[in-house]
Amino acid sequence: MSRRSPGPGAGSADSSDAAGAGPSRAAAPGGRGRGKGLVRPYVVTDGRAHPSRNTFDLVTLVFAPGDRPLTGLSPEKRRLVELCSPGSLSVAEVAVHLALPVSVTKVLLADLVDSGHILTRTPIPAAELPAAQLLQEVLDGLRARL
Amino acid sequence: MDSALASDARTGAQGSGAVYLRPSVRTSVKLLVVGHFAVGKTTFVGTLSEIRPLHTEEKMTQAGALVDDLDGVPDKTTTTVAMDFGRLTLNDHLVLYLFGAPGQQRFTRLWQDMTKGALGALVLADTRRLDQSFEVMGLLEEHGLPYAVAMNHFPDSPRHSDAEIREALDLLPETPLVTCDARDRRSSTEALIALVQYLLSRTATGQEPPR
Repeated sequence: MSRRSPGPGAGSADSSDAAGAGPSRAAAPGGRGRGKGLVRPYVVTDGRAHPSRNTFDLVTLVFAPGDRPLTGLSPEKRRLVELCSPGSLSVAEVAVHLALPVSVTKVLLADLVDSGHILTRTPIPAAELPAAQLLQEVLDGLRARL
Repeated sequence: MDSALASDARTGAQGSGAVYLRPSVRTSVKLLVVGHFAVGKTTFVGTLSEIRPLHTEEKMTQAGALVDDLDGVPDKTTTTVAMDFGRLTLNDHLVLYLFGAPGQQRFTRLWQDMTKGALGALVLADTRRLDQSFEVMGLLEEHGLPYAVAMNHFPDSPRHSDAEIREALDLLPETPLVTCDARDRRSSTEALIALVQYLLSRTATGQEPPR
C-alpha cells in the first residue's frame, strides 16, 4: 500500500521529528524544511510524514473502544481499529501486525485518536522516569518469574 | 507463552496473530537489548517474551547518517532497519517490552524511538569479540542510557575473569557485569534483574534519570 514518490517539501527527514519529539515540541509543525533527505510521503497517510500529535511512544498502549462507526475510514484505518478492538496493544505491536512502518502507524493512530476511534493508555512520560517505585515494580515482577 | 498473566489473552480477529494485553494493564515500560551482530539479541528476547517475538524491518531514510557519496546511487539514501521485540506482563497493570536492535542503526528514527523513554539497556557481549561491543556502549553513553553488560555464553567462548573483561571493556566500577545464556529463561531473567537493580540503585543515589 505504501507507494512512495520522492519529492521535496512534504516532510522532514530529521530523525528527531515526529517520532522522537517530546511533548514540549508537540505544537511544532514538524520542523519542516530542516531536513535535506529525500521525502517519502505515504499514500496511506495522505502524504503526511508527521502525526497530528506527538504523544506516541513505541510502547504507548492503544485500544479501540468500538463505539464509533467505521464508515468513512480508509482501509488502513479500518484495519487498525479492527485490530485494536479486542484489546490493548503497544504502538510497536500495531505496526508489526498491520505490516506498516512505525512512522506511518503513528500518523494513522493520531488521526484515529483525534476522531475518537482510538484511545491511549498513556505511558509514564519520559521526564518522570525512572521512578524508583516503577523500577521496584519491574524488579519484583522479574524476580517473580524466577 | 508460559506466563500466567498472559494466559487470559485473547487472540486477534482476522488472523492478525495479535495477542492482547490484559485489560487491567495501564503502564508500559521498555528496556533495550543491544549488541553487535549475532551476539544473541533475538534469542534473548525470544527466550523471555510471552508472545512470539515480533520482527520488523523498515526501509528508512538515512537521516543524519554519514552517507557515502550518493551520486547516481539514489537507493543508498535508504537503509533497512530491523528490530525484534517481545513482551513480558509483569503484574496486573504493568508490562515490560524488550527491544533488540543493533547499534549501527543509531541514526534512524526507529533507534530514536527505541531509546527515548527506555529505562536502560542490557548490552549483550561475546568474549570472542569483545571489541565489537565498544560501538554500542559508546552509543548508549551518548544517549545517557544506563546499561549493564551480560556476557552471552557460547559453547566455544573462552573463559575470562570478570576483572579481565572489565578491563577489556573499560567498564565503570559500578556497571554490572553478568554472564548469561540467552537460550535459558532463568539465566536471561537474572541478567535483566541485574540491570534493573542497577537502575534502581542509581535512583537511590540521586543521579539524573536518563532522557
